[in-house]
Amino acid sequence: MSAILAAIVSIAFHGLAYAMVLYLISVGLSVTMGLMGFVNLAHGVFAAAGGFVMTRLMNGYGVPFPLAVAAAFLAVGAGSMVLERLLYRRLYGADELSQVLMSVGLIFMSVAAAKFLWGPLAQPMTPPAYLSGQLDLGFRAFPAYRSFLIVAGAVVVTLLWLGLERTRFGARIRAAVDNRRMAQSIGIDTGRLFTWTFALGSALAALGGALGADILAIDPAYALEHLVYFLIVVAVGGLGSIRGPFFAALLLGIADTGFKYLLPEFGAFFIYALTLAILLWRPQGLFGRV
Amino acid sequence: MSAALETRGLCKNFGALAVANAIDFRLERGARHALIGPNGAGKTTFVNLVTGALRPSAGRILIDGGDVTALPQAQRVKRGLARTFQLNTLFRGLSVLENVCLAIGERLGVAGDMHRPAGSRRIVIDEAYAALERLGIADEARRPVRELPYGRQRLVELAVALGLEPKVLLLDEPAAGVPSAESGVIVDIIESLPADIALLIIEHDMDLVFRLARRITVLVQGAVLVEGTPQEIAGDARVREVYLGERA
Amino acid sequence: MRADAVGGAAPQAVEALARAHRLKPWELAPWLAAIAAYFLFPSYLPLGAQILIAILFTLSIDLILGYAGIVTLGQSAFFGAGAYTAGLLAAHGWGEPISGLAAAAAVAGLLGLASGAVILRTRGLSLLMLTLVIAEMLQEAANKAGDITGGADGLQGMEVWPLLGHFEFGLFGRTAYVYCLVVLFLLWLVARRIVHSPFGRSLTGIRENEARMHAIGSPVFRRRLVIYAFAAALSGIAGALLAETTQFVGLDSLGFERSGSALIMLIIGGVGRLYGPFIGVPLYMVAQDRFAQADPVYWDFWIGLLLIIVVVFARGGLLGLAERLLRRRGRKP
Repeated sequence: MSAILAAIVSIAFHGLAYAMVLYLISVGLSVTMGLMGFVNLAHGVFAAAGGFVMTRLMNGYGVPFPLAVAAAFLAVGAGSMVLERLLYRRLYGADELSQVLMSVGLIFMSVAAAKFLWGPLAQPMTPPAYLSGQLDLGFRAFPAYRSFLIVAGAVVVTLLWLGLERTRFGARIRAAVDNRRMAQSIGIDTGRLFTWTFALGSALAALGGALGADILAIDPAYALEHLVYFLIVVAVGGLGSIRGPFFAALLLGIADTGFKYLLPEFGAFFIYALTLAILLWRPQGLFGRV
Repeated sequence: MSAALETRGLCKNFGALAVANAIDFRLERGARHALIGPNGAGKTTFVNLVTGALRPSAGRILIDGGDVTALPQAQRVKRGLARTFQLNTLFRGLSVLENVCLAIGERLGVAGDMHRPAGSRRIVIDEAYAALERLGIADEARRPVRELPYGRQRLVELAVALGLEPKVLLLDEPAAGVPSAESGVIVDIIESLPADIALLIIEHDMDLVFRLARRITVLVQGAVLVEGTPQEIAGDARVREVYLGERA
Repeated sequence: MRADAVGGAAPQAVEALARAHRLKPWELAPWLAAIAAYFLFPSYLPLGAQILIAILFTLSIDLILGYAGIVTLGQSAFFGAGAYTAGLLAAHGWGEPISGLAAAAAVAGLLGLASGAVILRTRGLSLLMLTLVIAEMLQEAANKAGDITGGADGLQGMEVWPLLGHFEFGLFGRTAYVYCLVVLFLLWLVARRIVHSPFGRSLTGIRENEARMHAIGSPVFRRRLVIYAFAAALSGIAGALLAETTQFVGLDSLGFERSGSALIMLIIGGVGRLYGPFIGVPLYMVAQDRFAQADPVYWDFWIGLLLIIVVVFARGGLLGLAERLLRRRGRKP
């Protein structure tokens, strides 16, 4: 009995940590797709970039962990603004195929660039000493870094949601997602709004990629390997939704951990089947609007 | 005798918003009927419910006395229901002639054929061309629709719908976006349509409505406010209030 | 009066459409080139066979993307299904190549029918992602079922019999080349026939404007499903050709890279023209053969860049601009 309980707690714990990473990475993708209508398959590139910036700073230059994470957040956010102005903007409102192809092109380039700069191997991620080892909660000990991941993820998610509810920037995003033409007619500069939203989404992905480097290893093919998972979170959560992807990430994180723990011989097979079933039942996602 | 088109207690809700509220409506055979109402009255929603693009929340839809509420769009078309769109909804990359051929091919039930070349069915192409001649756009037959001026595209919009030989034709603002100098052509064509087609014209332009319609239904906030002859509608105090209220 | 004015044009427009399906002389050009290549580049025949297989695979994508407008990232699912079908048959004592193709077509076609019946009910991003999910699902299944498929090491021990009981698949790839060429030619004829049939025209209608197809009474879902399953069968045959001519099937036959690069070759050649694959695939694969072997990393980088340039500046750029201008002119009251 206690073995089953231990397994459940373990699945829930690791699933939760995984879900936080998936959500941080995917929420920006959901907004890009809902707000700008852009099928950005290259979103994972920003997460990978965040991971690379952090691991390179830590491993190569001995930069402390918090600083390296902050640098990843800011550098990727800034870089994504340039890309948005240069490339993405030109394809807002273009057909799906063009958007898909452009983002596939970006993936190819980024994978090649990462291989060229850092070689084909995964970048090791060593948590700082104060986040290593186990955290004893009395009834049970948990890996400290994963515990930190859950708490940090929860804090960021709370800040993000509060920010979208309470700030003017958040109100504008919500208005524009709801009704773009209306938002424009009441004087919202949607062009600037898109750039900043895109940057925020990318920076969050970088944060997720960096913090989650311990779960999703930072290697050159990152953006391609995990693409399906990010897309599942967004499609199951519902396009343009901020909260939907959170629940989708929870579902995916915990279910995937559970399946791989209980039925490792089937790998990710059941997750794909589950996704198929959910989207058959609700094609617009769990929280998407009709 | 059963009506060409009928709805009974037709409702559609988007969340808490009722965009169609228990609409009872009859379109008689060969009718020249207009559906009018202020912006947001639910006219286009009504069309989408009738054609099957939207599923009603409640109520029934009958074509020629037969219940089609559960049928998909394609099946309703087979029962003789056709529509045009408020914004041109055409195959923009295809030629004018091909646009009409697609509709005729579907009507004749040959569009699913995978074996014979489409061109070997001259009967489809000839009929399509004849339709273009009747509407005066035969000289554009080979041009891609997207190269046509908007007013000419409106005529293609009509030609595609007529290619289905409908018994009931829903015209969603047939002259919308057309320069007034050219809208006369469209009105002439609508006036000269065979008398056995039941027409429902959804329109904003009152001149056009009073010229074409012999009966008018006024829709307000998803419900029928009043129905009557043009004279009755013109004299109705409530209708005037709705329209004056909107203008103010 | 108007009828007089257009009297001369009447037969012209009708005639042109009635003759659209007739074979034009230039349509034979790729086939003459392929035959010439057999004699001119005997040492490149193995690469030539790979190119022919890739053309068939890309052609199947063109049918659903270029004609029915279904954006897919997972066509490799069917390629791999066909490859494993033919591969498993040959590894378990049935190495007859032509019936191997037929079995691959049946398995891949049924898989296309079954998965299409599920995923074609969705649209846009969901559809795109589900095509990918199906391919990933199969790849994961093939990976985990190592006892049957050989897993990550690939399927070993295929024994393909001589073609028609007579022609060995030799080292120089002559048999393989001719075999692939004949299969491609026959299937191209079928695909061409479908594209020019009323069914093919209605697919174009669906791509151009799905809403209007519904409104003219077209069973859109069924049409899409039929072409999806047909394209899946074509992909399956392409996969089986690869398995039979290389005597090997690996997990990469189901991978995203295969779908992705086929998509790129199609874009380079041109979408929805039936001939795009004949231009895009040889260009891409010959260039890849020359440049990528030295450094695959550079190759990926430049292909990515090329793709972005084509999409952003050549496609969406000029065509999009022209279209926008036209639309604006048309709307002006």
